[in-house]
Amino acid sequence: MNNSIGIVSAQRAHFDTPLVFRSGAVLPRYELVYETYGRLNSDSSNAILVCHALSGNHHVAGYYADTPKNVGWWDNMIGPGKPVDTDKFFVIGVNNLGGCHGSTGPSSIDPDTGKPYGAGFPVVTVEDWVESQARLADLLGIKQFAAVLGGSLGGMQAMQWSLSFPERVRHVLVIAAAPHLTAENIAFNDVARNAILTDPDFHGGDFYQYGLVPTRGLRLARMLGHITYLSDDAMADKFGRSLRAGKLGYTYDIEFEIESYLRYQGDKFAAYFDANTYLLMTKSLDYFDPARDFDGNLDKAFAAARADFMVMSFTTDWRFAPERSREIVRALLHNGLNVSYAEISSAHGHDSFLMQDEHYHEVMRTYLDKIWSEYPL
Amino acid sequence: MSAHDPAELAAARPDFAAIAAWIPKGASVLDLGCGDGSLLRFLRDTRDVRGYGVEISDTKVVACIKNGVNVIQDDLDTGLSGFESLSFDYVILSQTLQAIRHTEALVQEILRVGKAGIVSFPNFGYWRNRIKVLRGNMPVSKALPYQWYDTPNVHLCTLHDFEDFCAIQKVHILDRRVMNGDNEVKMLPNLFGSTAVYRFKRNA
Repeated sequence: MNNSIGIVSAQRAHFDTPLVFRSGAVLPRYELVYETYGRLNSDSSNAILVCHALSGNHHVAGYYADTPKNVGWWDNMIGPGKPVDTDKFFVIGVNNLGGCHGSTGPSSIDPDTGKPYGAGFPVVTVEDWVESQARLADLLGIKQFAAVLGGSLGGMQAMQWSLSFPERVRHVLVIAAAPHLTAENIAFNDVARNAILTDPDFHGGDFYQYGLVPTRGLRLARMLGHITYLSDDAMADKFGRSLRAGKLGYTYDIEFEIESYLRYQGDKFAAYFDANTYLLMTKSLDYFDPARDFDGNLDKAFAAARADFMVMSFTTDWRFAPERSREIVRALLHNGLNVSYAEISSAHGHDSFLMQDEHYHEVMRTYLDKIWSEYPL
Repeated sequence: MSAHDPAELAAARPDFAAIAAWIPKGASVLDLGCGDGSLLRFLRDTRDVRGYGVEISDTKVVACIKNGVNVIQDDLDTGLSGFESLSFDYVILSQTLQAIRHTEALVQEILRVGKAGIVSFPNFGYWRNRIKVLRGNMPVSKALPYQWYDTPNVHLCTLHDFEDFCAIQKVHILDRRVMNGDNEVKMLPNLFGSTAVYRFKRNA
């Protein structure tokens, strides 16, 4: 890999202080898996937290010694000399609570019962994640992050950081996110959840004990999600109306290339992702709405924030459209906070935030270099 | 001296100093078409303003971030709907008026969002411009550095034109500073001034 951070390994943190969820549920103990890149400086002022989106995890950059093809999901953004420069910053990726990549989640064994939590795992909100991430920061000796950043659901966590812990984050980078989901967005999530919930192998979330996986539901959920992450143009460019066999077969098998692609993506995803985690992640997306506690007034919600903000959106992102990012910017302006906003021209829809794009990366690099230069790190 | 030295900037852009002279310390400022953010940076360094810029160009947005000024990427010709009424002490349009398509609408928006407005623009009535037109060519100069076919300037005007426009738009001019290079022009400004800077507010 070009400029890769190289071989990385995951670490595990154990927490014995009970976590009280926003729902009122309590998790007496839990574990978080995380990775770190770069070196924490002597006053712990160069730390950056990278929050992941729906299907992401703690493996943000680099690769594993035993599986060199398993490259971190944001490796193009994070590494030595990359926009999030690990020669300068100490970067942390963490698998969110409720995830299925090592942190305590529905598929983990509940030590009290010796069985997977399954349906019993609490519904986790963005606020709960931020609380758990703050505990990890405590453990690592980080009082204040130089920046918290993320795309999509990760952007929501970054925003929440500025509200839950205003003094613990100097800069927040909100990428391809929204102040809350629209009804249309919730509708997509609900169809995805229904695909899982109605899969006969789901067993109310306790499929583990039957040795089953609701694969059909998961892959349908992923196929639907995937459509919404791309743009009409990107799909037309990549697949058009191309037929695999070059001619119509008059069957219901895979014929169009787009069908092949979506089913492949669905199968791949269903093979490794946990159905309960998928439900939980989509629910936390639906619930996120910092204005809710302020009669729907986002201006008031951001009154608590102290951080400087960099907000970014992508022109063809219709799942988290630029207009949604501008709502965030308006609320930040109202509160007189430092904010910059870049609307990136990109053909790749919501997925753009994961793509290698020269201008997008230049904006990120410039903003992060500024953070680096302005503070005695 | 660095490229961002306030003294050097003031020399390079005489309208900067004129604008700064009108802005009280600690004011809030919105700079429309803020370019690389030089003016905002200048105002921050010399007047301690709380400032934001609006800019449409990708490369200039990056330049603003590099300059450490707040920048909102947006198209001025679609209005200032992202900004609340009277949310800024000053809204500035520096050397951008002539490139705006919907001039009337934008000037009204400036006075909605700002308690006062400041506009600077190249004076098309400047004698050198007049001579070039008399000789039969569109003027090309330091203030108007474009050929007719590649200019972003769609609404060039003279001092008289702008003042007539303000009267029709019910815009009350508070101050005017006309310059030729670094020098203030007092005599026959519409003839001898290459750049004009106006401070204005809504008619009471």
